[in-house]
Amino acid sequence: MATAAAHRTAGTPAHDASDAAAGTDARQAAFDAAVAADERIEPRDWMPDAYRATLVRQIAQHAHSEIIGMQPEANWITRAPSLRRKAILMAKVQDEAGHGLYLYSAAETLGTSREELLDKLHSGRQKYSSIFNYPTLTWADVGAIGWLVDGAAITNQVPLCRCSYGPYARAMVRVCKEESFHQRQGYELLLALSRGTPEQHAMAQDAVNRWWWPSLMMFGPPDDASQHSAQSMAWKIKRHSNDELRQRFVDICVPQAESLGLTLPDPDLKWNEERGHHDFGAIDWTEFWDVLKGNGPCNEQRLTQRRRAHDEGAWVREAAAAHAAKHSGEHTGAVAGRTGVKQA
Amino acid sequence: MTNSDWPLWEVFVRSRRGLSHTHAGSLHAPDAELALRNARDLYTRRGEGVSIWVVPSAAITASSPDEKDPFFEPAADKPYRHPTFYEIPEGVKHL
Amino acid sequence: MTATVPVPTTAALALGDDALVLSHRLGEWAGHAPVLEEEVALANIALDLLGQARVLLSMAGDEDELAFLREERAFTNLQLVEQPNGDFAHTIARQLYFSTYQHLLYAELARGDGRFAPLAAKAVKEVAYHRDHAEQWTLRLGDGTDVSHERMRRACEALWRFTGEMFQPVRGLDVDWPGLEAAWLDAVSDVLRRATLTVPEGPRSGAWAAGAGRQGLHTEPFGRMLAEMQHLHRSHPGASW
Repeated sequence: MATAAAHRTAGTPAHDASDAAAGTDARQAAFDAAVAADERIEPRDWMPDAYRATLVRQIAQHAHSEIIGMQPEANWITRAPSLRRKAILMAKVQDEAGHGLYLYSAAETLGTSREELLDKLHSGRQKYSSIFNYPTLTWADVGAIGWLVDGAAITNQVPLCRCSYGPYARAMVRVCKEESFHQRQGYELLLALSRGTPEQHAMAQDAVNRWWWPSLMMFGPPDDASQHSAQSMAWKIKRHSNDELRQRFVDICVPQAESLGLTLPDPDLKWNEERGHHDFGAIDWTEFWDVLKGNGPCNEQRLTQRRRAHDEGAWVREAAAAHAAKHSGEHTGAVAGRTGVKQA
Repeated sequence: MTNSDWPLWEVFVRSRRGLSHTHAGSLHAPDAELALRNARDLYTRRGEGVSIWVVPSAAITASSPDEKDPFFEPAADKPYRHPTFYEIPEGVKHL
Repeated sequence: MTATVPVPTTAALALGDDALVLSHRLGEWAGHAPVLEEEVALANIALDLLGQARVLLSMAGDEDELAFLREERAFTNLQLVEQPNGDFAHTIARQLYFSTYQHLLYAELARGDGRFAPLAAKAVKEVAYHRDHAEQWTLRLGDGTDVSHERMRRACEALWRFTGEMFQPVRGLDVDWPGLEAAWLDAVSDVLRRATLTVPEGPRSGAWAAGAGRQGLHTEPFGRMLAEMQHLHRSHPGASW
């Protein structure tokens, strides 16, 4: 994955001011050629400022989504109804912290520190996925999140494994590998409820009713209203349009819902023979923009908890840093390559 | 850097004996001991490793992309360094 | 009530409840840890403990019935592990006291040929890591900043009175309890000293805390913890999940 180190090392030759313009043209050409040839851009390569900025924004938003996304599910860890489910849920929420870490390190290779990114999250200057501004009201929501929210995320993320920026693509390979367990556990959880008592079945149906439409919104605004899409596609950061991925997701979910014995809350949902896809009802974009603006049911709560965890942890991070400063040079780990790293 | 920022470490994992350590990613830690432990928790929680190295990111010196051509191109036109360069009559074994 | 259950069951429940309850408390940290790397670390420890709890409770009966349908007074975990997380220093102090105990105890059980030897042999490796994690953090908090030193000192003292209970013999475990206690005291004192902390001077067991958890007497926060943990399961009698 990422080598953030790349930014700190010496060795970039200086250029005359007179060379600068010609140099940039040549570099732009090299960059364009690499993207066109489906090669990966690596951290120390020259890249257009806007490409860098787009990546930082997207990777940061993705990382923020992972760590804010821990909250709605962690909400049920202490109430999981069986020990097996509890272990699964804890492992899943833990993975999300891990995914956040992979992604923050990918973002750091672009020259922005995690601290800066967290700062922007905490101050509301960077976003996370709006889906996590919806509450988890029942246990079945844990299943619906796994099946629908993680399912939508995977549909979005699998193409990112081929994204033009190397560290992001590599982070996504790792994330996608781990996410597939998330989706399957959600589906299995819902299946158990759907086949359980009438109350459990109703709980599952209610959760699917509430999470279906927000999941479809996860693919972002329709292509004609998506401000960053075209440029991101040209840069091969993005490989498919929002509407294309949304359609793919709907087509995948319909038969899965049938196997679950649950219905999707859309009277207009039906197979269109001509298109070879399912037609589906109109999405309420007013709600989408409203939640994005901060008026969702949990926007305030999610950010407040995140800020509190960060602020209340400051003394711990400071203590460890102070301890390291006092004891630098006392490292007791084995020297790699001589005796092998003995720890862990 | 504020005093609560932890430095960045690069993590290398040996996935099994007989293979070399491979770069797995990076993380933050206040010191080497915690870096190793964080790496264990983050990069080997699905049994991906049998040995870990952590290196302060600041300690890595990397070749520059601007020097890519002088660094790497001269090696590209020396096919005689590769065994496939040589023609061996059919039927000759153990070569 | 302990008189009516077979001896190995008593021990399986005692050890299983310790692991179950501490795992639950650590699970409460999810989304609240001081740094992301610690989210992952604390969850790893919680998952190890939950795994141990499931094996141990299954030795005594159905794991879910035991976890979700017993009343507070039927739980025989130590009072130490049910103590609320408090700040990170409290959690680390609780981890230090318990994981040192659990590591020494499981190492001894693993060496024996009793019913718990196979489980202990596997768990002792997990617990060694928990102990290491707690020691590393005790050193950093104790010998970090003035603020962290003070917080860690307070935490170590606050939980000290729950540590005597750990060495009340558990029926069915062939353990040298006084030897275990001496080894624990040595180990913990050494870590505290290296962390520039002093070994608390207060009593290691009060009139109430001495062996109370093992006899089903708990502290007030435990009832609320169980209410939260058991609520959903109990709301759907007979349902499977």
